[in-house]
Amino acid sequence: MSKSKTRAPRGTLRRVLSYLRGYRLYLILSLILALSSVALTLLLPVLIGNIIDCIVGKNDVNFDTVTQIIAQSAIVIAATALFQWLMNVCNNKMAFGIARNIRNDAFRHLQKVPFSYLDSHKTGDIVSRLITDVDQFSDGLLLGLTQLFSGILTIVGTIAFMLWIHPGITLVVVLITPVSLFVAAFIARRTYRMFKLQSEIRGKQTALMEEAIGSHDVVAAFSQEDKMLERFDDLNGKLQKASLQATFFSSLTNPSTRFVNSLVYTGVALTGALSIASSGGVSLTVGGLSAFLAYANQYAKPFNEISGVVTEFQSALACAARIFEVLDSDVEKSDISEAKILSSPAGAVAFKEVSFAYSPDRPLIQNMNLTVAPGERVAIVGPTGCGKTTVINLLMRFYDVDAGAILIDGTDIRDMTRESLRRSLGMVLQDTWLKSGSIRDNIAFGKPNATDEEITAAAKAAHAHSFIKRLPQGYETILGEDGGLLSQGQKQLLCIARLMLSPPPMLILDEATSSIDTRTELRIQKAFSTLMQGRTTFVVAHRLSTVQEADTILVMKDGNVIEQGNHKTLLAKDGFYAELYRSQFEIVTK
Amino acid sequence: MRKLLRFLKPYRIEACLGPFFKMLEALFELFIPLVVADIIDVGIATGDSIYIIKRCVIMVLLGVIGLLCSVTAQYFSAKAAVGMTTGIRHALFAHIGKLSHTNTDRFGTATLLSRTTTDVNQIGTTVNLVLRLFLRSPFIVFGAMIMAFTVSPKAALTFTVTIPALSVVIFGIMLISIPLFRRVQAKLDRVLGLTRENLSGARVVRAFVRENESVQEFTAANSELTRLQRFTGRFSALLNPLTYVIINLSILAIVYLGGVQVNIGNLETGDVIALYNYMSQILVELIKLANFIILITKACACATRVNEILETPEGMKKSDILEPKKQAPKSGKVEFKNVSLSYHKNSDNALSDISFTAPDGSTVGIIGGTGSGKSSLVNLIPRFYDVTSGSVLIDNTDVRTYTDTNTLRNTIGIVPQKAELFAGTIRENLLMGNEFADNDAIFEALRVAQALNIVEQKEDRLDHVIEQGGRNLSGGQRQRLTIARALVRRPKILILDDSASALDLATDAALRHALTELPYHPTTFIVSQRAASVMHADLILVLEDGELIDQGTHKELLSRCAIYREIYDSQFKNEGGDRA
Repeated sequence: MSKSKTRAPRGTLRRVLSYLRGYRLYLILSLILALSSVALTLLLPVLIGNIIDCIVGKNDVNFDTVTQIIAQSAIVIAATALFQWLMNVCNNKMAFGIARNIRNDAFRHLQKVPFSYLDSHKTGDIVSRLITDVDQFSDGLLLGLTQLFSGILTIVGTIAFMLWIHPGITLVVVLITPVSLFVAAFIARRTYRMFKLQSEIRGKQTALMEEAIGSHDVVAAFSQEDKMLERFDDLNGKLQKASLQATFFSSLTNPSTRFVNSLVYTGVALTGALSIASSGGVSLTVGGLSAFLAYANQYAKPFNEISGVVTEFQSALACAARIFEVLDSDVEKSDISEAKILSSPAGAVAFKEVSFAYSPDRPLIQNMNLTVAPGERVAIVGPTGCGKTTVINLLMRFYDVDAGAILIDGTDIRDMTRESLRRSLGMVLQDTWLKSGSIRDNIAFGKPNATDEEITAAAKAAHAHSFIKRLPQGYETILGEDGGLLSQGQKQLLCIARLMLSPPPMLILDEATSSIDTRTELRIQKAFSTLMQGRTTFVVAHRLSTVQEADTILVMKDGNVIEQGNHKTLLAKDGFYAELYRSQFEIVTK
Repeated sequence: MRKLLRFLKPYRIEACLGPFFKMLEALFELFIPLVVADIIDVGIATGDSIYIIKRCVIMVLLGVIGLLCSVTAQYFSAKAAVGMTTGIRHALFAHIGKLSHTNTDRFGTATLLSRTTTDVNQIGTTVNLVLRLFLRSPFIVFGAMIMAFTVSPKAALTFTVTIPALSVVIFGIMLISIPLFRRVQAKLDRVLGLTRENLSGARVVRAFVRENESVQEFTAANSELTRLQRFTGRFSALLNPLTYVIINLSILAIVYLGGVQVNIGNLETGDVIALYNYMSQILVELIKLANFIILITKACACATRVNEILETPEGMKKSDILEPKKQAPKSGKVEFKNVSLSYHKNSDNALSDISFTAPDGSTVGIIGGTGSGKSSLVNLIPRFYDVTSGSVLIDNTDVRTYTDTNTLRNTIGIVPQKAELFAGTIRENLLMGNEFADNDAIFEALRVAQALNIVEQKEDRLDHVIEQGGRNLSGGQRQRLTIARALVRRPKILILDDSASALDLATDAALRHALTELPYHPTTFIVSQRAASVMHADLILVLEDGELIDQGTHKELLSRCAIYREIYDSQFKNEGGDRA
């Protein structure tokens, strides 16, 4: 896998540590446990060596001492195991706890980021940061906590024990072992480029698949399956070649380091045996040699592990950095300190010299003026991309105006709390969004404590009751992510029912009925017109028939309101609206 | 996992050679303790330095041979594993291409993608490891036991207790923790789902001021995940300490029993050390094996997910009726004879008993409510689905008799509901319809689709690069380009599946007018919810709940079909007398 090779920026580690602060006690405990279990692990070969020294030859075995040391060893073994387990428990607690805290922080943060952030970042990317990256981070952290510290301790401890037994042989071990590190580093450097190539090809392949799968219908309709497969196989072949190289060369690390380790082992056996033979067992005993051989095995292992852990830990930090990027994004400007709470407004809306652009180099709305009396119905019409949805973004304060002001009942919407503003505006958007959960939960989305009667009433008013009743579990039917098996029209009906449950004083309808069949739409319109009584309403629609009854029609083009008036006055004006209208009329009479 | 092994077949030689060389390497490793025992019992005992040096040279030689064997093994394993994943990816991609719409919808793009990438990679990594370790570890475990028996059968009896005890512990912990890992994954999926949902519904969530509730829901799911992760972690962390205890207690036992044997004179000290070393070797291998079993369980989960896709039946059966027909249809006449369609065996009919005839070059309007079966009906024409009963005829030939669905589909131009374009230039996108089309055909298509001005606005015109999914175009622009794409092939049958929804009425009208003036007169199907879009058609089909309520011209239907009148009135009620 190509764990992003980019290094984490400075400060990432410090922030990770700040998350650790809450688990200070566990961290200390974990370190103590690691220290004890490593010390005991290292003691064991010495004890066993002592036993072996008691076993000299025929009728020369000191069973009293042997039994005694065996009893001691058994206690050491049991204690080591217990400490190891407890250390793992501590590390688990920390790693998973920190992951949870980071996820919660990130999710909370996402509730506050401005829409400019959400609209400019792909959902999949943010999700993968919150899920995959955090997961990889906690895995890396867990591994780091578990193996890094005890690995270092093992190395230091082993050297100490070896020096204690025999300084000369220790030198052999200490000198040869680094060779394995060099070999590992050498291979890693050599394979880096192969891995990079591999991940590049993988990226291309994924992009191709995304297209082919995402536009499955079109691929089938235009018989492009074979061509797609051809392109896929071409990349697949390249990938096979690159992967084989990367996999093979990187897998040389293990045999090579194992070979170096066997050299260390032989070195110990050689120098140890020679020194016993030459000194007659004075400077080193056979038991001591056996302990040494055990150490030689143990000593090399953490080196390999540590180099693995370090890369793992580095990629964990890179993951953490990606999450912190999300956490560091700016949040929406908070409500001003003396923000008013908008409660049951009359619904007078005014745009005063409003200018707005998503990016400074592409001006969109300029000096827009509009006055809507309470209870009026405003229809916004115009060709695609004319800025209709932008008006909604501004009204709901999903975006703030660049210049000018939007007033509700005479108050600038920036001077009131976002919460109270949004509670006063009901919205049915073009993209129907439903949460996973039961139909009941979805209708009660804006009012979780609604009674069953209220919910049924809302569903009936939205003409959703009849289809809900026909579902196998009725109102308790669980919808999958994004509405699951419901049709687009049914989803829209639910969105309307959601609004019907507690209709706010002002409404925004964004092509709400565009994919509901006209018969249902007719019924919904009836329900809406009762709903709209006394409520200021903004309707965005392509269909002129649905906006003809509006009090004010805003005709928009290229971000500007080019005409304003009611159906009759606009027709009389014989401008853009009249043109739009005639194109329909012409069809009718042709 | 087993079902995916067939992808390893082409590499069976490599897949056998890999483990074989790995076993050779292990074999040489098993000799080391014996050599060490010799050094102690002969070399040290007699003080023979030359003997010691000779033995050490043998050890180094064993190491070199081992290294060579294992490098060979790594190569063959890598080749087999990489080859296998390449095969799986190919099979997956090819299979996904053949899945029915219902099934691709059910899985979703993200799932299909992650299974083809992440899951397959995981399988590859694991297969590679399996080939290298799976034979090696048991071989060392049992080899060490056998070698121990050759040293001292009595002391080696310890192994017969140790190895079963270890197996019980390792497999016991695995058996219990695998379902736990699965549950952790499910909880993680839940957290993922909540995050994605919150982001995609950000506008609604904030409009209803539900941020706090979302956070609560997320925190609860997240805590649940953490709790389960910790529990699972605590349990699986038992593995290492327990194996450590068993192995080391066994070492104590073997040293003690060895000591007894030495005391009797059956054994020498060096042999005891050899026994001790064999036991240590087992410990090292078992730790590897344990980590590795975790990997295997993960890979098995991946394999199950990959298999789920591979085992989803293809959408279309090859034609098994009548005599197959190779040449493409010559006319655009479309006829439905008592057609019924149900997507799943036990579900209700999406279409029931539909019959109509659309003569070559005619225009057919299809109108009806959501879920009335409009899209299902037109999807039967290019054979995206097969009828459940009845038959669909094009040019008087059953669509199922065309041997290659592509020859059929090449004569049909489809504009789907969702306007999807591909990364590439505008030209490349348009040529999807017909790769041999010349500029004349392209511009004719663009003009009719009202898309000329899109191209003219762009500096590099037809070579303007469209980003993945057409992100750099508006919805209306995408839709017009998809219409042009269908027209480039000058189809005999043109299907507009509610394709004008993102167009304003003026453009919609201009489009329909231009279509009637096409020189090659395709049979045109217009699916719509707008009466205005279908009212000029030669034949209008009114659908409701999958049934064909009525068919006829605008005039006929207005006078006799209540549903049609209702639809019409809902859209034109203010025009009073304009029903003419």
